[in-house]
Amino acid sequence: MSRSAAIELGGVVSPSPATPADRLRRDLRVIADMIEPAARVLDIGCGDGALLGYLVSEKGADARGVELSQSGVNACVGQGLSVIQGDADRDLDAYPKGAFNIVVLSQTLQATRNPRRVLETLVRIGERAIVSFPNFGYWRVRLSLLARGRMPVTPLLAHQWYDSPNIHLCTIRDFVALCGEMNIRIEKSVTLDRYGRPYALDPRGSLANLLAEQGVFVLSRGAA
Amino acid sequence: MASLISPRTLKRPDNDWPGYRFTVSNPLRLDCGVDFGPFTIAYQTYGTLNADRSNAILICHALTGDQYVADPHPITVHPGWWSTMAGPGLVLDTDRYFLICANVLGGCMGTTGPKDINPETGKPWALSFPIITVHDMVRAQKRLIEHLGIDQLFCVIGGSMGGMQVLQWAASYPESVFAAIPVASAARHSAQNIAFHEVGRQAIMADPEWCEGQYLERGRAPARGLAVARMAAHITYLSEAALHRKFGRNLQDRNEVTWGFDADFQVESYLRHQGSTFVDRFDANSYLYITRAMDYFDLAAEHGGSLPAAFAGASSRFCIISFTSDWLFPTPESRELVHALNAVAANVSFVEIETDKGHDAFLLNEPELFATLRGFLNGCAEHRGLGRP
Repeated sequence: MSRSAAIELGGVVSPSPATPADRLRRDLRVIADMIEPAARVLDIGCGDGALLGYLVSEKGADARGVELSQSGVNACVGQGLSVIQGDADRDLDAYPKGAFNIVVLSQTLQATRNPRRVLETLVRIGERAIVSFPNFGYWRVRLSLLARGRMPVTPLLAHQWYDSPNIHLCTIRDFVALCGEMNIRIEKSVTLDRYGRPYALDPRGSLANLLAEQGVFVLSRGAA
Repeated sequence: MASLISPRTLKRPDNDWPGYRFTVSNPLRLDCGVDFGPFTIAYQTYGTLNADRSNAILICHALTGDQYVADPHPITVHPGWWSTMAGPGLVLDTDRYFLICANVLGGCMGTTGPKDINPETGKPWALSFPIITVHDMVRAQKRLIEHLGIDQLFCVIGGSMGGMQVLQWAASYPESVFAAIPVASAARHSAQNIAFHEVGRQAIMADPEWCEGQYLERGRAPARGLAVARMAAHITYLSEAALHRKFGRNLQDRNEVTWGFDADFQVESYLRHQGSTFVDRFDANSYLYITRAMDYFDLAAEHGGSLPAAFAGASSRFCIISFTSDWLFPTPESRELVHALNAVAANVSFVEIETDKGHDAFLLNEPELFATLRGFLNGCAEHRGLGRP
């Protein structure tokens, strides 16, 4: 199995993972590394609980999750993780301000109905938010549209246009601009290549917007 | 009403029924203001209480349930109502946990209820029995748990009205509940549900055999009224899809309709059977009192109209479960609970299980339900220091 295929399937990256961190998908590992031990964490769109489980067992986090699919929720609750069935648009409003140290929204923002409102909520209920999303400015995406005239299908954007849950795609530049508009502070950002490896590029620059397949941003509410 | 059922005589209380009896000697202050007692709580236990009394699970039964969770019902001889859930190696594993289930206050399976004798008059309580609430049921259970020497229940679990009791436990005695599992339940009884209950109560009270509630004294039984109440309620426990799957428009033991009011359709025959067997095991006045307790249930109202306030300080781990086809306690009511618990940063899991079996799904063989509960309980057991299975 090629490494990119492994990422696409959300499976293991190396053939014989040595540590729990190695077993974690690369982009999730990047996120996990940004989280302090024993933090209160909410993972929105937590899937089968890979990141949650890692944070609980390896970082002693008080971690909760929100997941849309019944199979995902069952897999999580079945492992003893605290997960509610719900979605980012509808089920975050009840949390009080600053309820979590960290709120994670991994590869989910582009599937929300109202990303702007979701971002607002994230920096309200979390002291910090970690948001990762596929970069629509990625050169393979651009090339697909330019050269083939077809909607791009990549490992991160694996759906055809007619069955895609991704209804609000953006480029890294778009995202940075929106954060500025909303007075959301970008505390840290990492851009990742197609293998989930960090690039040594300034995420605000055009090179990152062209070369990175995804961006991971640490956000907080800007000063009023 | 044409040939519904033949009236039967309700069996009188029988002290030979299996299980334990506990007498609450100090009166209980009920929500209606009455100091009630002494009275009896009938309960069953399964499994063994461990040395530090930390493995107890309280099972709260639903409206027409009872304490016979996992052994045969003494009247119907049917297997216990949750025998798929509770037993050795099952989700509520009697090899690991000590299970307790008590008949609710106002019930008719051994805990004091309207069919029992009022010591002051020497006659059955009937309608002189005080109005009870879900909170009162839980207050009585708390006395039992104290009597058993248990400071903290590992888990309180129940479906429907049982779920209401679970929520009341978590709100009123948070330090006594490590894990709370309300299944197919809600923080208050909806207008639609009150309406269905009223139909049931009116059916009972319209039966001339009900005798203003004094049927036992007069040696009579409002069996027709109670059966109709049960038939109406039973429809609400199912779903359109489940009724269609089970019966469709199939005819009962005949090839064509009879052009009359006989039970031509299988679904009619099924409902009549449900109604007529129910009256053998349930007391009509108990049905009035317990449905009323559910109607009065509104956890937010107890806390100034705020549901989050009801759970302020809740330390339990919650697992809330609803079913897609349940129209009696639909998912939005469970979601409201989830949001209230989120608002107070409680530890909560929530799963909506896909099934066409309606409200009754919580009593049936639902593999997703079992898998979810097993995982949740195992996680809780680890946190509680009860180890892995």
